[in-house]
Amino acid sequence: MTFDSLYYDIGRLDRLSYRDTFVHRLDPRIKVIAAILFLFTVISFPKYEVVALAPFFLFPVLLITIGEIPALFILRKVLLVSPFAVLIGIFNPLLDAGTVAVISGVPVSAGFLSFLSILLKFILTVSAALLLIATTSFPGVCHALRRLGFPAIFVAQLLFLYRYLFVLMEEAMRVIRARDMRSFGTRGTEMKVFARLIGTLLFRTVDRAERIYHAMLSRGFMGDIPILRKYHITTIDLAYLAMTIVFLVIFRFFRVTEGIGRIAQELFR
Amino acid sequence: MSHHIIEFRNVSFRYPDGTEALRNIDFRITHGESVGVIGANGAGKSTLIQHMNGCLMPTSGSVTIGDLLLTRKTRREIRRKVGVVFQNPDDQLFMPTVFDDVAFGPLNLGMDETRVRERVHEALSTVHGLDLCDKPPHHLSAGQKRAVSIASVMAMEPDILAMDEPAANLDPRSRRLLIALLKTFSHSKIIASHDLDMILDVCERCIVLRDGRVVADGRSAEILTDERLLEENSLELPLTLQTRRWREDTE
Amino acid sequence: MHMADALLSPAVGTALWAGTAAVSGYASVKLKERIDDREIPLMGVLGAFIFAAQMINFTIPGTGSSGHLGGGMILAIILGPHAAFLVMASVLMVQALFFADGGLLALGCNIWNMGVYPCYLVYPLIYKPLTGNSKNPGRILVASVVSVVVALQLGAFSVVMETLLSGKSELPFGAFVLLMQPIHLAIGVIEGVVTAGIINHVRSARPELLDSIAASRPLDTAISLRKVMVTFAVLAVITGGALSWFASTYPDGLEWSIEKVYGKGELPEDEHGIAAKLKGIQEKTAFFPDYNLKSAGKEPKKAEAAPAWPGADAGTSAAGIIGAAIVLGLILLIGMGIRTFRGRNAQT
Repeated sequence: MTFDSLYYDIGRLDRLSYRDTFVHRLDPRIKVIAAILFLFTVISFPKYEVVALAPFFLFPVLLITIGEIPALFILRKVLLVSPFAVLIGIFNPLLDAGTVAVISGVPVSAGFLSFLSILLKFILTVSAALLLIATTSFPGVCHALRRLGFPAIFVAQLLFLYRYLFVLMEEAMRVIRARDMRSFGTRGTEMKVFARLIGTLLFRTVDRAERIYHAMLSRGFMGDIPILRKYHITTIDLAYLAMTIVFLVIFRFFRVTEGIGRIAQELFR
Repeated sequence: MSHHIIEFRNVSFRYPDGTEALRNIDFRITHGESVGVIGANGAGKSTLIQHMNGCLMPTSGSVTIGDLLLTRKTRREIRRKVGVVFQNPDDQLFMPTVFDDVAFGPLNLGMDETRVRERVHEALSTVHGLDLCDKPPHHLSAGQKRAVSIASVMAMEPDILAMDEPAANLDPRSRRLLIALLKTFSHSKIIASHDLDMILDVCERCIVLRDGRVVADGRSAEILTDERLLEENSLELPLTLQTRRWREDTE
Repeated sequence: MHMADALLSPAVGTALWAGTAAVSGYASVKLKERIDDREIPLMGVLGAFIFAAQMINFTIPGTGSSGHLGGGMILAIILGPHAAFLVMASVLMVQALFFADGGLLALGCNIWNMGVYPCYLVYPLIYKPLTGNSKNPGRILVASVVSVVVALQLGAFSVVMETLLSGKSELPFGAFVLLMQPIHLAIGVIEGVVTAGIINHVRSARPELLDSIAASRPLDTAISLRKVMVTFAVLAVITGGALSWFASTYPDGLEWSIEKVYGKGELPEDEHGIAAKLKGIQEKTAFFPDYNLKSAGKEPKKAEAAPAWPGADAGTSAAGIIGAAIVLGLILLIGMGIRTFRGRNAQT
C-alpha cells in the first residue's frame, strides 16, 4: 500500500470515530469491555468450530448499521490484513486431510473445517477491533484504558502520539514527495537516502517536542497533565453491556444454530 | 488597576550555538499599550517574544514584568500574567480535543471543574469557536487552529498578551476576524509580525529590530509611513499604503 | 509479523497479556522515578515519528523489493529501554486499532515480541555491550545489525510458539520455523543496517541531540545477564501460571480433539486427559524440546477421536449448515432493516 492510501485510511477511520450515533454515544469503557469479551468468546471456540460462529456476525452488523460505518470500507480493511492468517491457515486442509463429514456427496476434511474456522474467526475479530475504533474516538479509548487500569504515563504519551500522528504523517509525506520528485526509478530510494530522510524527520520531531514542551510550560505545566472527567456510565450503557454478555453466553455455550437448523429440517420433513 | 509594565533593560541573548540574537535591548511597555515588533527574518522578533514569559532567559540584562524580575524562580508566576501565542498553532494545541487544550491552562492554575468549564466557554466564545469544542485539533483549519490557540491562552486571563506571527498562514477572512478580535482586547499586546498592515491596524506603537538591536521605537503611524526607515531594515511600506501610491502612479 | 486473534487461543493470549502488563507496570514505575517533564511529549511525538517512518519504504539493494523500519531497536537507542518499551507498545496499539495489524487480544503477544525483546533483552545485553561508549560508525553498524537480527529472531520464534501453543494451525513446528526464521534474518540484517545508518547520520549532523535526550532520561540501571534471567524466570512463572490455570478451568479453549464439535457429548476422561496432557506439554515446551515430543502428545488424541467420525451423524452436520444459513440470513435482514430505518429517519 502506498503512503497516501494508508494515510487516507487512517484519516477516514479517525473521522468516522467522531460521528454522533447511538453507538458512538455509548461510554468508551463499556465499548472496550464489550469488544474484549466478544473477541475472547470468539477465539475460545474450538479449533474445528464453524457453524456456531454464525450468530456472532450480528455484532459487527449491528455496529456497522447503527453506527453508520461504511461496510465496504471495513470489509476492505479486513481483506487487507488477511494474508498472514490465510497463509498460516491454508496449510490446515493440506496437513489435516482426514475426511470427517460428507455434505451433499462432497467429502469435507477436518483441516478444511479448521481453516474455515480460522477465516470466520479472523473476519469477526478484525472487524470487531476496527469497529471499536470506528465507533469510539481514540481519546475515548485512551480514557477507557486509563480507567481500566493502564498506567497514567503510558496513556499520557499515547494521547500525544495520537495528537501528532497526522502532523507527522503529513511531514513524512512532504519528505517522500520531495524525494520522489528528485528520484528516477529506484535511484534515490536507497537506504542511504532513506537514513538521511529519517534523520531529518527525527530532527524536526525532536525540535517539535521541545516547542511543545515550551508551550506546555507557558500554560502552567508542572508535571501532571490534567484531564477533566467527561464520561459517565448510564443505565443504557449497562444495559448494552448486559445484553452483550447474555448474547455471548447463550451463543457460546448452547448450540442454538444447530437447533434452528434441526427445527427447519423437521418443518420440511 | 495594577501596573503591568514590561521592562527590558539592556537585554542580550546568545543561543547555545553562539548566535547573538538580541543585543542590548531596551524598552518599556505600559499597561494597555499595543506594540508591534517588526523586522527582517532573523532580526530577533521570535527570540524577543520568547523572553516575555521566560521560555528563554537573557544572557545579560534584565526583564521585569509588573513587579517581578524574570528569574527561573519567578517564571511560573510570570506565566500567569503573560500569555504567549506561538508561531505554530500545532505546537500549541497539544491536547486530544479543543476543550482539553483550552482547559489545560485553567486546570494548571488549580481551578475547580465548574470554573474551568466557565473559563473554557468564555474563551471559546470570544474567538467564536464554541462549536469546535469536542473536535481534535488535527480536524481544524489553519484559521480555526489559530483561534483556538488564542482561546487556550485567553482562558488563563493573562494581563499581557504576546504573539508571534499570529496572522501567518491565514486566509483573508480568518485574518480579518483575527484583526477584529485583537482590537477588542484591552490587554497589553506585543505582536511580532511581518504583516505590517495588521500592525498598522492593531498597534499604535511599533518597535523595529535589526540584527538583535532596537533601531526604532515610536508611533506606528510615523514608523510605518517612513519608507526609508523601512527599506533600510529590509521591510517596505504596508501594502495598503503602497496601493495608494500604485494607483497614483498609473493615473 | 504480527500475531492475529484468529490464530490465538485464550490461554496463550491471556498469558502473554499478563507478561506484557507486568513489564508495562515495571516500565512505568521506572519512568516515574526519574522522568524529566519533557519526556512525555517527546515519547508521544517519537511514537508518531516511528509510525510515520514505518510508512516510508526504501529499496533493498540487489532484490528490488522494498523494506520498512521496525523501530524497537532505534527507539531503545534514543530513549533507553523503559521509555522505548512504552512507545513501542503505543505504536503497536495504534497499529492494532487503526490498521487491524495484529489483533487486540494478540496485542499482548505482539508487544512482547516486538517490545520486550528489543528493549529489555537485546538492547541491554547485546547492543550496549557491543558499542560500549564508542561512537565509531563501524562499531555501531555491527552492534546494530547483530542486535536487530537477534531481536527479530526471538520475535519470529515467539510467533511460532504462540501459534503452536494456541493450536489453531496445523503447521508443524519444523516447517513453521523454516518459514519464519530465514525471512526475519534477512529483514533483520536490512533493518540493522538502516538503524545504524540513521544513528550515525544523526551523530554526524547533530551530535548533541542523542546526548541531550539521554541526559534527561532515567539512568539505565546496570542490567546484568543474571538480572535479566531472573526477571524472565519470574515472568515465565506468571505466564506459565496463567496458561495452566486456563488449561484446568477452561478445557474448551484448549480443545485439541474434535470430540465436542458436533455435540457428541462429554468425555470427562478425555477432558482430564487433555488438561493433564497440556500441562505436561506446557512444561515440556518451556524447555523447547524436540518437536517429536509434542507430536507424540497430539497423535494419540487424534487416533482416539477418529473412531467418533465415521459415526458422525450426517443429519447433525446438515442441521448445522442449515441453521447457519438461516441465522446469517436473519442477520442480513436485520442489518438491511436498520439501514432502511435510518435512511428514512434521516430524510424526515
